Amino acid sequence: MAKTLYDKLWDSHLVEQRADGSALIYIDRHLIHEVTSPQAFEGLRLAGRAPWRVDANLSMPDHNVSTDRAERAQGMAGIVDPTSRVQVETLASNVQAYDIPGFSMDDPRQGIVHVVGPEQGATLPGMTVVCGDSHTSTHGALGALAHGIGTSEVEHVLATQCLVQQKMQNMLVWVEGSLPVGVSAKDLVLAIIGRIGTAGATGYAIEFAGPAVRELSIEGRMTVCNMAIEAGARAGLVAVDQKTIDYVRGRPMAPTGQMWDKAEVAWRELVSDPGAEFDRRVDLDASALKPQVTWGNSPELVLPVDENVPDPAQESDPAKRESMQRALEYMGLEPGQAISDIQIDRVFIGSCTNSRLEDLRAAASIVAGHHVADSVKQALVVPGSGTVKQQAEAEGLDSIFSAAGFEWREPGCSMCLAMNADKLGPGEHCASTSNRNFEGRQGFGGRTHLVSPSMAAAAAIHGHFVNLQNHSEA
Amino acid sequence: MQQFDSHQGVVAPLDRANVDTDLIIPKQFLKSIRRTGFGPNLFDSLRYLDEGAIGQDNDRRPRNPDFVLNKPEYSSASILLARENFGCGSSREHAPWALLDFGIRCVIAPSFADIFYNNSFKNGLLPIVLDDEEVAELFIAVKSAPGLELAVDLAAQTVIDNDNQRTYRFSIDEFRKNCLLDGLDEIGLTLKSSAAIKAFEARQRASSPWLYPEQSA
Ligand code: SF4
Repeated sequence: MAKTLYDKLWDSHLVEQRADGSALIYIDRHLIHEVTSPQAFEGLRLAGRAPWRVDANLSMPDHNVSTDRAERAQGMAGIVDPTSRVQVETLASNVQAYDIPGFSMDDPRQGIVHVVGPEQGATLPGMTVVCGDSHTSTHGALGALAHGIGTSEVEHVLATQCLVQQKMQNMLVWVEGSLPVGVSAKDLVLAIIGRIGTAGATGYAIEFAGPAVRELSIEGRMTVCNMAIEAGARAGLVAVDQKTIDYVRGRPMAPTGQMWDKAEVAWRELVSDPGAEFDRRVDLDASALKPQVTWGNSPELVLPVDENVPDPAQESDPAKRESMQRALEYMGLEPGQAISDIQIDRVFIGSCTNSRLEDLRAAASIVAGHHVADSVKQALVVPGSGTVKQQAEAEGLDSIFSAAGFEWREPGCSMCLAMNADKLGPGEHCASTSNRNFEGRQGFGGRTHLVSPSMAAAAAIHGHFVNLQNHSEA
Repeated sequence: MQQFDSHQGVVAPLDRANVDTDLIIPKQFLKSIRRTGFGPNLFDSLRYLDEGAIGQDNDRRPRNPDFVLNKPEYSSASILLARENFGCGSSREHAPWALLDFGIRCVIAPSFADIFYNNSFKNGLLPIVLDDEEVAELFIAVKSAPGLELAVDLAAQTVIDNDNQRTYRFSIDEFRKNCLLDGLDEIGLTLKSSAAIKAFEARQRASSPWLYPEQSA
């Protein structure tokens, strides 16, 4: 029978199918960060259990680390908030106690788990990848079955290298055409979420396919899969092609020599078979897309940049009307206001969605030769990893950003969820390349607008959103 | 895990769709390395008027009198009623921990986000999916009779509203149901399959040796 890519990945990791419908699935790679793991290690210790397979794990702190260079140089002592410091220290002592491999805060390879995993070749096509973090869906861009888990499951994976799972349904998101100039992978995924809604893919694994997805780089595919969770899907997937193979080749943890040859043959099978059946299919035309901006507190509340904030009075469903009203009130926006009139207080370029080299290049190309608007209080660029930071600096991107008035930071999650010192003040509007615009996500009372790196860069320069398609030289 | 068989308690209406885990327990509280103590900060930004910080004396903070769990009739609520896509967003298990720590044992909604749903079972918090119409009916019932109690029976898979003489049936998969009813240690259960896991590893090591780098080195 013709199988989908998801079916293949599921079948190849099935340890045991149980009569009650649950299944035991083997996990090839477990990524660990400091926020969701302390209670799992404690559970392991209390039960007197040991990790099943130490070398399948890879750990690094990312959420709580300081992105300030001077603070970072001081190591643990540089984490000013004592509760943040305890969390990073707890990870360090846990991984030491169990001899779990990983990158400490001062390792030049440290960064956001979802940026570092693929970059180091710790994530490979065909793997099952989990992490106590919902954006683990990112790794599906390499043809891996990757999803977020809770802390109890972190403990379960540590102890057994398996998870008890129910199989998801298959959804195909097929994207025809080519993305227009100024429209990126981020705009594509925001448009998909706007179309199907934040619960649109609950219970599904989404495979993103079609000519426009093929045209995306692996980094762009990661941006798309990263936000699959924002559409409710636990996992996002893109089939393996030549770009996947080229991306993985030569990565530090990727196989070499004969082992590589063998792996490559197997990886090329990681595509949905012709005629494979999907439980649901959604079709989109990339060529019709425009740059997207979210205006509310859910990623589905998104519009093309040249449109106006909607008017709740036009909404017939009372529940929707009320939630629109609540969103507008929280966001401090007026019905009918042009999206391009939204004034920006801070700009954040970073997060596991958009902090890879391609993202920084895109933003830098808009910024070059311009300066951050006077009305913008702060514009941050936070590379996703130490490796991205080095590569960007080798290309001189840091100088472009610094000359334009951006702050060039050390790698970490930073203002994506503001567990460290990088945060919005109450009422401040932020053009952010991250993935969630929930109330308070970037700081108490903060107002997040999710956009692409180029859009964030242009907003920094103009002090408000602009349609990149009409501003070729920004 | 904490066992669950049946429960009776006051139901609090949180009339909101897409309640995300950032709303259930904001990030500043995730810095705790314990599983308990999150209750006072459940729905922190809705419950209090100021910005909460970890380790604060919450009794001294200004409360939002309009928030449902601050109303006297719901202070002892142990069942939460909400709209669709409850628990969307991050994978933080701190969300079910905070609900439980507050005293909530069941959440009833038309749909749940996947990871939250899964995390709830691991901790003895029962997420119950009812139809849109049934949830709408319950919202009307509880708003017209604040303090309304519901009786939940997991074995029978029912929610009973004794005031209105109505019984709602819900579905749940067998594995999760049994784990909750027996309060099973899931890890212990999986470890009973150790032989199958080892056999899988042997097969995979032969077919995909690059996944076992200690061998390929
Ligand atoms: S960058 Fe943001 S979304 Fe990504 S792992 Fe960090 S906190 Fe989570």
